[in-house]
Amino acid sequence: MRLEARFAWLPTPFRSLMLFCVWLLLNNSLSAGHILLGLILAIVIPLATQPFRTKQPLILKPGLAIRHLFLVLYDIITANVQVALLILGPTKRLKPGFVKVPLDLSHSMPITILASTVSLTPGTVSAEVYPWRESLPDGSKPEKRYLLIHVLNLEDEDALIQTIKQRYEAPLKEIFEC
Amino acid sequence: MSEWIISILLLIGGFFVLVGSIGLVKMPDFFMRLHGPTKATTLGMASLLTAAMIYFSQLQTGISAKEVLISIFLLLTAPISGYMLIKSAIHHKLKSIERTSGKGNIEDDV
Repeated sequence: MRLEARFAWLPTPFRSLMLFCVWLLLNNSLSAGHILLGLILAIVIPLATQPFRTKQPLILKPGLAIRHLFLVLYDIITANVQVALLILGPTKRLKPGFVKVPLDLSHSMPITILASTVSLTPGTVSAEVYPWRESLPDGSKPEKRYLLIHVLNLEDEDALIQTIKQRYEAPLKEIFEC
Repeated sequence: MSEWIISILLLIGGFFVLVGSIGLVKMPDFFMRLHGPTKATTLGMASLLTAAMIYFSQLQTGISAKEVLISIFLLLTAPISGYMLIKSAIHHKLKSIERTSGKGNIEDDV
């Protein structure tokens, strides 16, 4: 996990890229003036807001990150169809359940991304991260974290945990290398 | 031709948003109800926005890409709001239906 960027004038390269794209999309134009203004904003805003922010881990493998993004987008589409079928099918046959997934990730940002992808993909909504931050002594890190998820139709608990760990957690771990 | 594409996208979008709402009515407890709106609507909204994008790109000169921004923000905010809802439900100890398995996995809050 690395917190410091390569260039001091570009503390958060991906945020800059996102700001640039969002500026162009908001203005809905590709004229030279907007590109220039977008570039200035993309460099100045991260520098100006840097002192207020806690440092977040940087994306170390951009290629893998993009591949993971497309995998998740594909899974969202299949998830939608699956959940639609489950909703339209007989309600009585659904077996809902709570499942605790042990996490290997340690930083809160990758955990947030994992929890969001779990919420958007087949039949699961993430509910909670254990242990509670309030139950820990100040500033100490828990040894093991768990993600509590609610499953709409639970068939095989171990298989589900394996899928989440391999399909979504392993790439995230590699992207942030923590 | 593009009119056909727009109509089909609108129908798909309408179908998925409708399914999400049906799930909201049909499911027996709060936790299961949450699944419809967090998922089935994302694809629905995505197809509706794609339809809007194609329509407005034709209407004006040049492409209209603002809709991409809307779908990105929807994708970012849908899981967060779902998470807040289910967290407060657990905090209030809402009852889940009898056959829910793994209720022991819920820890008491401090």
